[in-house]
Parts: sequence; structure tokens; C-alpha cells
Amino acid sequence: MSIDKATVEKIARLARLRVPEERMMPIAGDLNRILNWIEELNEVPTDGVEPLASVTGHKLPMRRDEISDGDIQEKVLANAPEEASGFFVVPKVVE
Amino acid sequence: MSNLVTGRTGEWEVVIGMEVHAQVSSQSKLFSGAPTRFGADPNQNVSLVDAAMPGMLPVINEECVRQAIRTGLGLNAQINTYSVFDRKNYFYADLPQGYQISQFKHPIVGEGAITIDLKDGSSIEIGIERLHLEQDAGKSMHDQHPSKSYIDLNRSGVALMEIVSKPDIRSAEQAGAYMKKLRSIVRYLGTCDGNMEEGSMRADVNVSVRRPGDELGTRTETKNLNSVRFIMQAIDYEVQRQIEILEDGGQIDQETRLFDTNTGITRAMRGKEDAHDYRYFPDPDLLPLEFTDEFVSALQAELPELPDQIRARLIGDYGLSSYDAAVITEEKETAAFYEAAAEGRDKKLVANWMTVELFGALNKAGKSLGDSPVSPHQLGGLVGLISDGTISGRIAKDVFAEMMETSKDAAVIIEEKGLKQVSDSGAIEALIDQVLADNQDKVDEYRGGKDKLFGFFVGQTMKLSKGQANPAMVNDLLKSKLG
Repeated sequence: MSIDKATVEKIARLARLRVPEERMMPIAGDLNRILNWIEELNEVPTDGVEPLASVTGHKLPMRRDEISDGDIQEKVLANAPEEASGFFVVPKVVE
Repeated sequence: MSNLVTGRTGEWEVVIGMEVHAQVSSQSKLFSGAPTRFGADPNQNVSLVDAAMPGMLPVINEECVRQAIRTGLGLNAQINTYSVFDRKNYFYADLPQGYQISQFKHPIVGEGAITIDLKDGSSIEIGIERLHLEQDAGKSMHDQHPSKSYIDLNRSGVALMEIVSKPDIRSAEQAGAYMKKLRSIVRYLGTCDGNMEEGSMRADVNVSVRRPGDELGTRTETKNLNSVRFIMQAIDYEVQRQIEILEDGGQIDQETRLFDTNTGITRAMRGKEDAHDYRYFPDPDLLPLEFTDEFVSALQAELPELPDQIRARLIGDYGLSSYDAAVITEEKETAAFYEAAAEGRDKKLVANWMTVELFGALNKAGKSLGDSPVSPHQLGGLVGLISDGTISGRIAKDVFAEMMETSKDAAVIIEEKGLKQVSDSGAIEALIDQVLADNQDKVDEYRGGKDKLFGFFVGQTMKLSKGQANPAMVNDLLKSKLG
């Protein structure tokens, strides 16, 4: 698998990252080196080995269905660029 | 019954698959302890997890897991004791995480099937592809300000079950019946309140058309339909639109469409070329969801009776008609009302009084069963008094009308108004003697061979008794007297 400039542009757009033109090729090179390194792992035989989700042997912890949070509008809105009547206010996002 | 649609150039088959989002009934959210209660102030039901503050970690709500499994069992589906949460990545103002936690490759529930009932009395099976757990997003309001959108994250992180059907649905009617059946099942189970107006259940419909026997056509997806009527309207519109395009030699674009509830038409959402590039990957904040077969069996053992089972019992054990049984079991509350009213009574008579008299009267009064002035016990009481001959069916209608007005017991009304059926043969004979004496001419005609007059004598006797004479006894005694 090889990452070209068009793929970098696409990934950047999907991630909403602005990448300057002169950084496109260097990033493509970096990503390719990372992928090549990961591909080395393909040399390890893994037939019949279950995917490992956790090295600790822990199971997914669950909580009881109880209300233990919320009612902190001020904290939730503390970083809002703008607010009105308890809502976040953002530039219009509908067409 | 054929479901083919006739166009200008021949017949078309409609193929529909549905994705239904059902909000899980739980106190708190899927991955946080914030409440799910409807109608709170904006951003009141939001924790720092739901607002996606850096460093916050999701912890799964065990009740949501149980509810998803119970729903899967109600859909006769495969329960997967190993499932995985993935991140579905996209950007929108009401999705603070920048991804929705969902399940992609390994959903908690796999294939199943439900039976739907159609107007012509037939039943068909609709396959279930899967059910998975996921987070709801927040709510955006675009009509508060000319250049701004207002965001409320109260719904952000609320648990949803996405129930995906197989493309087994062939008409708008079937789609409507499928939605109603799903709603009925989750409400019996108590896993979702089924309240479509509040958005607790909503559907995306995938529609395509093809010539019978052809490969599947290109489909469109119409999103966010929140009533059975809108689902059916959107499908009807989409089918006609696609057939017209194809018959004019055009082709269907695979796209997402929105339904305008005012005009009843669908329109394409404007272009988002990357919209479907969600780059799913397993959520590194969450281990796989695992539970034992015993856990599932315990939930299975505690499942309530579901509508199909109750219906089979009403038909098989109680002898109700398939129609009455379907009417009574569609809503959980109706079935519970019926069962309470029919306890120890004539089952068919109770069904009849409930579906005809009670529903008719409630309908007329603009009331729902929940506001019924007549309780299940009272309806059962009335039917009991008919069964044991205390009142006739005709008097019972007057008593019932009075019960609707006053919420009094039937026995009380009968006592107060002296409506008790007269079954004393001496009293009835006296009435008959008077009727015959008053109508000597008719008696002669009857004896002269005019048999039809018998009904006249019955009518007159009943009238004289103010409807209280036992009709069977009036018949018998009249016959012997006129002999």
C-alpha cells in the first residue's frame, strides 16, 4: 500500500486539517514509512490466533443505570464560542 | 395479492429495506450517567462525557446492554455474546466527539425475523439483518437566528438501537405494518417507549424499483421519518419518482433524500461527496462487549408475553376471531385492559363489547383507552350481568351509555333505575295477556294464518315491559298462549 499526494489531501479533508501544499509530499513520505513498518508485522504467522483486545485480561466494565451526572450547564457551556438561552450558538450549518 | 406497480411501460417491483432507530428505555445514557429524560432545559442533561471534553472516558450502561439483548430476543434473533464498539467518524455541529460510538462489524444482535399482518388477512415474514447499539447525536435548531444554528446536546449520548431489516419489504403498506409491529414489540418488552412524535422511534427507508425478476435497482435512502403515515407517503412518492425517471430512460442516483412533511415529497440532500466515508475503527476507549449464554437465558426466561403469543392464546384458548385478537393485541395497554376485563367472564362477549361498544364510545368522545370512564373491571361486570340473564343485551347498551357518563358500576345503575330483566313467568304472562286483550283484532288475524304478526306481539310485550322482559321467555310464553 502506498500513500500518494491525493490520498493525503483526502485524509486531511476528512479530518478537517488544513495542510499547506509544501507539506503534502513530506507527509505522504512519513505515512508510507509508518505503513511499511507496520507491514513488517505481516511476517509474523497469526493463523488461528484470536485478535487481542486487551493485554490486561480485563473485561469491559459496566455501570448501573443510575443518574449520576448532568445538570452542569455552566461547565458544559464554559468553552462555547457563543451561547444563548442555554444553547451553543455556532455558524449556521444547514444548507 | 400482487404488490407490483404498473407504470406506463409495464410492471415494476418495489424493494424496501428499513433502518429503525429506537431509543433505549433507560434512566441514564449509554456511556455516561447523565439523564435521558425528555423535555429538560437545553444542555441540562449533559455530562462532560457527552460534551466530549478531552480525557473523558465512556463507561457502558449495563441496562442498555440488557435492553438490546431483550429486544433481539423479541425479534427472534441471534444474540452475539461478543460484540465490538467502533467509531463512526464524521463532523457535524451536534456531534461533539467528531465520531459516533456505534457497532459495525460485530453487532450485539444478528439475524432474526418478525411476522407482519396485512389488511387482506395474510401474514408475511420480514427478515432482520441486525441490531446494534449506538449513541444518539445532539439536536441542531436552524430557525432561531438568520445566520446561526443553536445546539442542544441533551440527546447526545442517549442509547439507540438501530434495527436493520432485510430488503424483504415490497410495498408502503408492508413498510407501515413492519414499523407498527416493531413498535408493538419494543413497547411490550419495555425496551423503547415507541413515542414517534418525541423522536423515540424514527426510520430511514431504502427504496428501489426493478422489473420483476431483474437484479436489484439503485436505491435511495430517505432519512428520519417519524410517523407510520410519513413512512408510507415517502415510499409512495419515491416509487413514483423512480419509475418515472426509469421509464423516461433516466437512471437513479444513489443518494440520501429528505422528506418534506408539508408537501409529501422527497428531495435530495445537497452533495456531500465524503458523507459516507466514515472510516470505522474499533473504539480504543472500549473493550469488546462480552457476556455469557447464561446471562442471555436469564433474560429470555423473564421476557413478557409478546403480541404474537398473546394473539395465539386469544384465538386458541379464548376462541376470539383473528381480527378481534389483532385489534386487542396491537397495543400493550389494550391487551392488558382486555385481560383484566375478561377475567372470569365470557371471553368472546367481552371482546365484542370492548372492540365495538367501548372503542366506539371512546372514539366518539375523543378519548383514549387510558382515559376510559369505564374500567376493565366494570366492563367485565356488565358482561357478567348479561351472561347471567340479569339484563338483556339491549338494556345493557343503555346501562353502558350511563356508565360512560357516570363511571358507575353496571349493577348500581341497574338497581337505581330498576332495569333488572323480568324473568318471572307470572309477570310476563300478565303483560302478554294485556297485549293480546288490547289487540284482539290482530290476534284473530294471527290465528287466521298471518304468522308474521308474531313479531308484532313480541315487540308490544317488550315495549310494555320497558325492554326489561326476558326476550326468550316472552317468545316461549307468547307461542303457548297464541298456540
